Amino acid sequence: MTRPLLSRIAETLYWIGRYVERADDTARLLDVSVHRMLDEPETSGSLYAVLGLSPAAPASPQAVIRRLAYDVDEPASIASSITSARDSARGVREVLSSEVWECLNVTWHHLSGLESRPPHAYLAFVRERAALFFGLADATMSRDDCWRFIVLGRSLERVDMTTRLLAVHLAGDRRLLLQASGADESFTRTHGARDGEVLEFLLLDRLFPRSVVYSLLTAEKCLRALAPDTTRAGVADEAQAAIGRVRAGLEYADLNELRDRLPELLGALQEACAAAGEAITKRFFQRREAMAWVGA
Amino acid sequence: MADIFDSYVMAGAWDEMFERPGVPRRQYQALFAALQPLGAHELRTRAEQLARMFTDRGVTFDYAGVERPFPLDLIPRVIDAAEWDLVTRGVRQRIRALEAFLDDVYSARQVFHDGVVPWRLLHSSPHYHRVAHGWRPPNGVRVHVGGTDLIRDEDGVLHVLEDNVRTPSGVSYVLENRLAMTRTLPTLFSEQYVRPVEEYPARLLAALRGAAPAGVADPTVVLLTPGVYNAAYFEHALLARLMGVELVEGRDLVCENNRLYMITTYGRRPVHVVYRRVDDDFLDPLHFRGDSVLGCPGIVNAARAGNVTIANGVGNGVADDKLVYTYVPDLIDYYLGEAPLLPNVETYRLDDPDICDHVLAAAAELVLKPVDGAGGKGIVIGPVATPEQLAAVREAVREDPRGWIAQRPVLLSTSPTLVGERPAPRHIDLRPFAVNDGDDVWLLPGGLTRVALPEGELVVNSSRGGGSKDTWVLGEPGAPASISAAAAAVPATAGAAQWSPSRTAAWEGEQ
Repeated sequence: MTRPLLSRIAETLYWIGRYVERADDTARLLDVSVHRMLDEPETSGSLYAVLGLSPAAPASPQAVIRRLAYDVDEPASIASSITSARDSARGVREVLSSEVWECLNVTWHHLSGLESRPPHAYLAFVRERAALFFGLADATMSRDDCWRFIVLGRSLERVDMTTRLLAVHLAGDRRLLLQASGADESFTRTHGARDGEVLEFLLLDRLFPRSVVYSLLTAEKCLRALAPDTTRAGVADEAQAAIGRVRAGLEYADLNELRDRLPELLGALQEACAAAGEAITKRFFQRREAMAWVGA
Repeated sequence: MADIFDSYVMAGAWDEMFERPGVPRRQYQALFAALQPLGAHELRTRAEQLARMFTDRGVTFDYAGVERPFPLDLIPRVIDAAEWDLVTRGVRQRIRALEAFLDDVYSARQVFHDGVVPWRLLHSSPHYHRVAHGWRPPNGVRVHVGGTDLIRDEDGVLHVLEDNVRTPSGVSYVLENRLAMTRTLPTLFSEQYVRPVEEYPARLLAALRGAAPAGVADPTVVLLTPGVYNAAYFEHALLARLMGVELVEGRDLVCENNRLYMITTYGRRPVHVVYRRVDDDFLDPLHFRGDSVLGCPGIVNAARAGNVTIANGVGNGVADDKLVYTYVPDLIDYYLGEAPLLPNVETYRLDDPDICDHVLAAAAELVLKPVDGAGGKGIVIGPVATPEQLAAVREAVREDPRGWIAQRPVLLSTSPTLVGERPAPRHIDLRPFAVNDGDDVWLLPGGLTRVALPEGELVVNSSRGGGSKDTWVLGEPGAPASISAAAAAVPATAGAAQWSPSRTAAWEGEQ
């Protein structure tokens, strides 16, 4: 019997999952992009665009790192994501295990001290701490709704960010894409040293945990457990429906057309993520109506 | 190796650890022997470990919007079993008297009719709330948690400095301090039995469950916090986690038909007991401050209707007013027929014009305190105040004599505290925590020892550069070792929701 969860806490946990995953993915994205920027300075523009930032004139790799990694005033930066995750966790400390909370708190305390180190060290630290966070959550939290909201946030963010990663590096080096997703070795073991199947692997692989389909399936599983469907036909939960539709579209896509249809698929994925996010907010994160005095 | 206490110079106040230079008091002998072999360098290292543990665990208080760690000093404060027995009985007596007083204030008001306490005290109290009149909580308890501040004077006698029966805070530091000390300096604990503190959350939960409205078999308890920006937020989160109850904010609650609910992912769930850490003023915009967004509209009516219990009680502030403090010895005699076990600090009421004039003339030799000030706010210590401060406080007292009391300045006892590499004497106080479950008033062994870190500072408060010390109450010889006691307490914490108090001989043995 799971215990009901305060809506405010559910919402906070969902966002902690998203923020930590976002920090992780941004670190991966930056790490591979910095290399490319040395050769092709215009990469910075597409990087900003894909993260939803105002396009800037081509910037030096240092400037990009400063803005997207260290700058706490830039909402899309790693430092902001970690700060948001930590501040959110501070507000729900009583439902997190103390190890999970300490992990975020220590990460936050150490982060500003790392800016003087090479960017790669900073980005590696962020990736390791994100892995530690999710590892501790897996190891020390019950598989109740608290945990599900964290995993749900992480899964949706991962779909969102992998989609963005694909969009930036579509034309670029496929190996970099794999490295950015931590999929390099796993891919090689599966498909050998060819890079023809990279898109297929990152989008459709059912076994690789950072693939889009795998993350969509995880999100669906969380939603089904959070809101079991009792109707005989159709799917009543809007979030489940949105994710299920786009997932089915992906899974049944013709592999030969994958490359041509990619922009369309990536667009559909972005829309589905946004729709699912809204539906989840509407269903689980209700608030008390703001109250005000009426009359004289 | 140089002895770390070699250069320790006693400050002229009563020293908690040393009888005379180099000779520790009996209860400190084992600790002294364990600390002595540690070199200055070793002490420094351990102190840094302690500090880092606090930062990592997020043991902080918020002051002026900034999170700060609450520094823990390496050298514990030790209280022997006999003295603790006196403190326990003394604090229990005070809490019982204040409970009786509150019950009287909000019902028959016999104490005023009998002339023990003047009526004007009631009418002029800003914390007396009419809405609480005639409202008797389910098990009669209003002070579920009490914090009584004690100080030791120049002669080694413990005095009560003030009572806190609204929302006393600080207990989380007691729990965290002990945890950090056992991890950093485990050897200190091996020589003697130190009474464990981790029972507190289970005791508190039992008291809260015991206070539930009649007819609720399995009450839902929540802890109401003003939110992450509150100075004591860390404590609220810790207690909620250790008790296994929801930590709610005002916006998580909603009242309907005089019943209280929390908003969850599965809709509304009923709430029966609210351990609130929100002041009366902000608790309910329908009755108190209309602009408050920290509380929940309707919660007071729901409580008055008997559907929810608010702990601590609404209107308790009338009992920890510092002017009422001066009457507590009389209240103990009036309600309990007993003599006070712990004396008050010598205090003057200023509502008598003659006394007020005397005090104003002698302000430079006295301590002046606002009756309503918490956390050392507004206190003027005559002997160290500047002429401008004295002039300002004289003006303030003349303006509102009811708002002030005057006290004889007490040179607080000192305890060796690590300053830089060496121990140096610093002034300390003690806040024991009492939990009233309706049958008994239980005291957490030890409580919070606060240290004034700036040299010579006499106001001991976290907002004035304060720190704290782990506080040890020594047990009887033959009592179980602290390690096994800690192990035994684990299930109580983990299964806190099911814990129920046993009122057997073991309970009586606590005294």
